Amino acid sequence: MEKPFILQMQGITKEFPGVKALDNVNLNVHRASIHAICGENGAGKSTLMKVLSGVYPYGEYDGNIIFDGKKMAFKNIKESENAGIVIIHQELTMIPELSITENIFMGNEIVKRGLIDWNEARRRTGELLKRVGLSDDPDTLIKYLGVGQQQLVEIAKALSKNVRLLILDEPTSALNEADSANLLNLMIELKSKGITCIMISHKLNEIAAVSDAVTVIRDGQTVESYDVEAGHVDENKIIKAMVGRSIENRYPEHESHPGEVIFEVSDWKVEDPRIPGRMLCKNSSFNVRAGEVVGFAGLMGAGRTELMRSIFGRTIGIYHGGTVKVRGKEVVLDSVQKAIKSGIAYVPEDRKNLGLNLLDSIRMTIVASNLDRIKTNRLLDFNKEYAAAEEYRKALGIKTYDVNSCVTSLSGGNQQKVVLSKWLFTEPDVLILDEPTRGIDVGAKYEIYKLIHELADQGKAVILVSSELPELLGVSDRIYTIFEGEITGEMPVADATQESLMKMMTVTA
Amino acid sequence: MKKLKKVLSGDIRQYTMVVALAALILVFNIISGGKMLTPSNFQNLLSGNAYVLILALGMLMVIVIGQIDLSVGSVAGFSGMVMAIVARDFNLPWWLAVLIAIAIGLLVGAWQGFFLSKLNIPGFITTLGGMMIFRGAVIWISGSISVPAPSELKFFGAGYLPEWGPNTGLNNSTLLLGIIGILVYVIKQINTYKHSGDITGERDPIWVPIIRIAVVGSVIGYFTYLFGSGRPGTSFPVPGLILLVLILIYHTITQRTTFGRHVYAVGGNKNAAALSGVNVKKVYFLTMMNMSMLATIAGILFVGRSTSAGPADGTSWEMDAIASVFIGGAAVSGGVGTILATMVGGLVMAVLNNGLMIMGVGADKTQVIKGFVLLAAVAFDVYSKKNGKDSIIGRIFGKKK
Repeated sequence: MEKPFILQMQGITKEFPGVKALDNVNLNVHRASIHAICGENGAGKSTLMKVLSGVYPYGEYDGNIIFDGKKMAFKNIKESENAGIVIIHQELTMIPELSITENIFMGNEIVKRGLIDWNEARRRTGELLKRVGLSDDPDTLIKYLGVGQQQLVEIAKALSKNVRLLILDEPTSALNEADSANLLNLMIELKSKGITCIMISHKLNEIAAVSDAVTVIRDGQTVESYDVEAGHVDENKIIKAMVGRSIENRYPEHESHPGEVIFEVSDWKVEDPRIPGRMLCKNSSFNVRAGEVVGFAGLMGAGRTELMRSIFGRTIGIYHGGTVKVRGKEVVLDSVQKAIKSGIAYVPEDRKNLGLNLLDSIRMTIVASNLDRIKTNRLLDFNKEYAAAEEYRKALGIKTYDVNSCVTSLSGGNQQKVVLSKWLFTEPDVLILDEPTRGIDVGAKYEIYKLIHELADQGKAVILVSSELPELLGVSDRIYTIFEGEITGEMPVADATQESLMKMMTVTA
Repeated sequence: MKKLKKVLSGDIRQYTMVVALAALILVFNIISGGKMLTPSNFQNLLSGNAYVLILALGMLMVIVIGQIDLSVGSVAGFSGMVMAIVARDFNLPWWLAVLIAIAIGLLVGAWQGFFLSKLNIPGFITTLGGMMIFRGAVIWISGSISVPAPSELKFFGAGYLPEWGPNTGLNNSTLLLGIIGILVYVIKQINTYKHSGDITGERDPIWVPIIRIAVVGSVIGYFTYLFGSGRPGTSFPVPGLILLVLILIYHTITQRTTFGRHVYAVGGNKNAAALSGVNVKKVYFLTMMNMSMLATIAGILFVGRSTSAGPADGTSWEMDAIASVFIGGAAVSGGVGTILATMVGGLVMAVLNNGLMIMGVGADKTQVIKGFVLLAAVAFDVYSKKNGKDSIIGRIFGKKK
């Protein structure tokens, strides 16, 4: 039986000066369903959701929004929330120094006689937390919660507003597998209680697992929209619609030719600076050969980033021993400068906060870690800088019309290429890539994978840290697993499966 | 209009301020009946404001790293006073007294830099403390009484370049300076022109450098005439020359050295900078130290000009310096701002001061007007950034991409 529509967006067109972000987009969502919206970065998904939630007020776009059979004209977010539409953004908006209760009722306080009734607020928070499966005390400060729990609190907050249509923008992008599964289950439960969810996601396996319908947006237009049966979704069909071409293989073919071991870490021990006695890395030892791509698998918080950053100039944790050898020679890497000099490069997982200076132009970013290379007579030479930037723009296919434009003008995938260029410009032997494909779309991912293989073919040792097991299996030659700061396993990719890796990522060997 | 853009190139906002500055000078000149553009007025304007502009050089870098230095006025007053006292009480030669003052400036800077870089105490707090400490110290060591300064310093604070050579009708030192200025600019333009086609294979049209040289050349030429044609014995003032040299040095440091890039990197994103191999603590330390050293130089010039060190010297100079930086388009959050734009910002303030004074506007009203100008400049900046537009010029001429 066909469920009625709770939401119909008809012919939505939204123009920015010079760009048509949305062009006659249609979206029909059934009541009490999970509706996935996919599309490459910049396809217009977020803009569509901003139109729906009133961030772009009525009148700034063309087309109709019919919610619950009534034509809506939201002037701001408050109005859309009153109607029962709540959006949960990719970046969480909780205030870390306030409690769960305070955050949930922020802007929506229960007021009696002009004062906030905290007892009532706390009682209701307790109920809401139960509904989302959290057992924390309502007085707990947000900063003590993990990202996954914070996400659940966001949903609890939405429930407190009597949400009827919940929009989740990339809800699992920062979650580990367990938390993601938890969240997806919660969505299914909400559905059974009559709450409709719209999920924007890049993760096709998640879409496949829970959605009842899929809408694909490309270049501001609806490409496809159809009902599916959860658990039986053709991922390749979605990919094809997203990129407008079919990607036969999501991972490029590659034959590796590993050489000598050129990077070797032994008995690496690092203590957590916040919790004395807790080790971030416990006697970790590993090695990487020239021309080899070595994957590091582990759940979020397992200590992958901590291991890499403690090696890269000891930028995290307290060093307690262990050695690093580059090309057989032991090196002491107690500063980032020394690590760079020793031929090590680290591309951080958090591009916006750790990888880029968002004020810089593309050309200034590319040369930033090796300014000596563009000097003439000990002064920076802008002609050399421009030439270098152009060289990398061409080599990596950075899509921009001008290397003088700001890095923020680029899409996520191209920003990542700029960060990669910056590190390639230091001419490293060892390249550590921490979640290099996070938040970038399928097409750009494929290009990054190809690049990783090219770098390996040039004889570089590449370390790939990733939360996505298929990616590790598809790109690397050998995989280490990490669990609670300890390396729990090592296997050539030919022997590895998602199941075998997951086992070693969750149980101490 | 594309042609105009080509001639200007780069940051259009800077030119808005330059145009505003030129307009300001012309308007004042007309209203005052020609009293603005006279040799003696401009000589005064420059030697009377050189110290604030020198402070602004250091302040620009401090603000770019996302900090602020409130102590510069006190530090300038303090080191100027120490210089005057050691010269008087120990009978030291003037140059030794100056060196001692600069050493003290470096020490003070190291002290403030230490709190910022090692203890992570924000510059606002550290230098608020420094502002009180050194203001108190000036009054303390001087006993609230002015101390005469070595007379040789007058040359640096308010002196003129020597007169020599054939009678050209102008001061020959000034003339030489003007010629050097034009030559340097011409050489730079030729160089830029030669490299303009390196990547695209297509050089800028030849008229671009020619127009630039013609415009900049005539401006330098005019000011050479203005400064050089004063009453006999006057020229381009010495503090102005010191300022010019410092501008050149700091422009080069910020734009063409690793340290300069690191200053911007730290201001733009501290964490990303650290992971890119920038020694953030060192940048903090050196920038703060440099600021106090420049404050000392400013203090010395001021003492030289007024021939004595007073206990109130330097009071609220920090505000003028900070205002210059922000009028010059620097961002409060750090990472944005240039030496040249800051100098234009500082000159806007200086011309405003000077012009209003010529017109007989009182100091009270001048303050009010300066306050509004600062607000208007920053508000305009924020507004144009928010709308993704460059500036007035960009708005009028830049419609087509």
